[in-house]
Amino acid sequence: MPKISPVSQFLQQLRRVEVPFNPAVVAELKAGELVSLSGVLYTGRDQTHRRLCALLDEGRPLPVDLRGQLLYYVGPTPALPGRVIGAAGPTTSYRMDAYTPRLLELGLTATMGKGPRSEEVRQAMLAHGAIYLATIGGAGALLSRCIRKSELVAFADAGAEAMFRFEVENFPAVVINDLAGNDFYRRVSDHGAPHLAAISPA
Amino acid sequence: MRIIKAEEIVTAVRGLVVAAACDLEPDILEALLQARDRESAELARNVLELLLENADIASRERLPVCQDTGIAVVFVELGQEVKVDGDLMAAVEEGVRRGYRDGYLRNSVCDPLTRVNTNDNTPAVVHLEPVAGDSLTLRLLPKGCGSENMSALAMLPPSAGKRGIIDYVVEQVVAAGSNPCPPVIVGVGVGGSFEKAAYLAKKSLCRPLGQPHARQDAAELEAAILAEINKQGAGVHGMGGNNTALAVHLELFPSHIASLPVAVNIQCHAHRHKELTL
Repeated sequence: MPKISPVSQFLQQLRRVEVPFNPAVVAELKAGELVSLSGVLYTGRDQTHRRLCALLDEGRPLPVDLRGQLLYYVGPTPALPGRVIGAAGPTTSYRMDAYTPRLLELGLTATMGKGPRSEEVRQAMLAHGAIYLATIGGAGALLSRCIRKSELVAFADAGAEAMFRFEVENFPAVVINDLAGNDFYRRVSDHGAPHLAAISPA
Repeated sequence: MRIIKAEEIVTAVRGLVVAAACDLEPDILEALLQARDRESAELARNVLELLLENADIASRERLPVCQDTGIAVVFVELGQEVKVDGDLMAAVEEGVRRGYRDGYLRNSVCDPLTRVNTNDNTPAVVHLEPVAGDSLTLRLLPKGCGSENMSALAMLPPSAGKRGIIDYVVEQVVAAGSNPCPPVIVGVGVGGSFEKAAYLAKKSLCRPLGQPHARQDAAELEAAILAEINKQGAGVHGMGGNNTALAVHLELFPSHIASLPVAVNIQCHAHRHKELTL
């Protein structure tokens, strides 16, 4: 069990959200809210997305059932000896935009990365009842400590781009797009962020 | 003539690769601390706290600060009184290869068309510059591509002037939004040719963080761009506040009378850079 420093203790005070999701909880999450995720996350980035969509094109089954799940855009570094995983922060999400609507159609409930999504993805999220979260870009070492278990699911030959199943505890994330169609990044760029104190933890 | 063995270069580059991934330089840590202290948005301040903690964990536990350990960009300044015993370029490549392997760093380099990973993070992008003297300086900038992908270059008309430069750079940083992991460091190359401007933008990131340009008009331009970027309010990770950029570094080079090239190379908050002189 890694030592929890005074700073990251505040992660434990955030609203705890279990994954896979309870639809009632997803409906309550609001853009701009900082939450802590606990449970199971599946990972995938460029190559995993390309391959998942190739399987769909061929009419073949996917390696996992994505219904109700969260897909985290990450390509971790190799685990040091004795560790679960290496650094594991988010990669930029827009590169997955081309593939995301197809996965949302399958019932994927949430995606997580960093940076804004395309209008097409925003519309697909609204149509399929999905949300988008951002976690802390560049905080790969800190986020690594929130991952309790990691196992390979598919596409091993893609290396860091393979699909993994993570078990996480108190993994911090900010809700960017909620079910009501709010977009936190747009709210900040349109209005600045004076309201942030109100939603901030601790 | 001073002789430097290729193996010394391999060892030096290997060490720089591992250290750059795990240990942020004091200048970037100080800038993040200052950003936290002046941050007005509470969420952004909390994120800055977590970034500082992240740097601390990475350094203590020898984990990379960020999983994107980058494509290795190496600026080599080779003294003209140095004779390398062996193959200089091969030595740099071998240092990169060993550093990524021994540091448990992610291999992120692939063929641009097939996307097949080279599995050792080579080749590196090496810029070799002959200089006076009998030493060899290695500057390593492992460049993550969340920020690198937000690079841009424009061939402005000379009539655009300083205002045109400011507007273009600010526009690129605003358009990049939260993708490059703000608070960012903005490298700007002004003048030269198409490729020279891009090179200068990247090389400017090697300067000590926030050190103003020696030329006063260039330093004023840096300050003006920084102020305008931070006025936009995108903030840390696009989550609001007054810390979108920590610094703007600009480098100049004379251009053609018909031309005003401006290149923008954005660097993320995990501004990894290390240098060593042999």
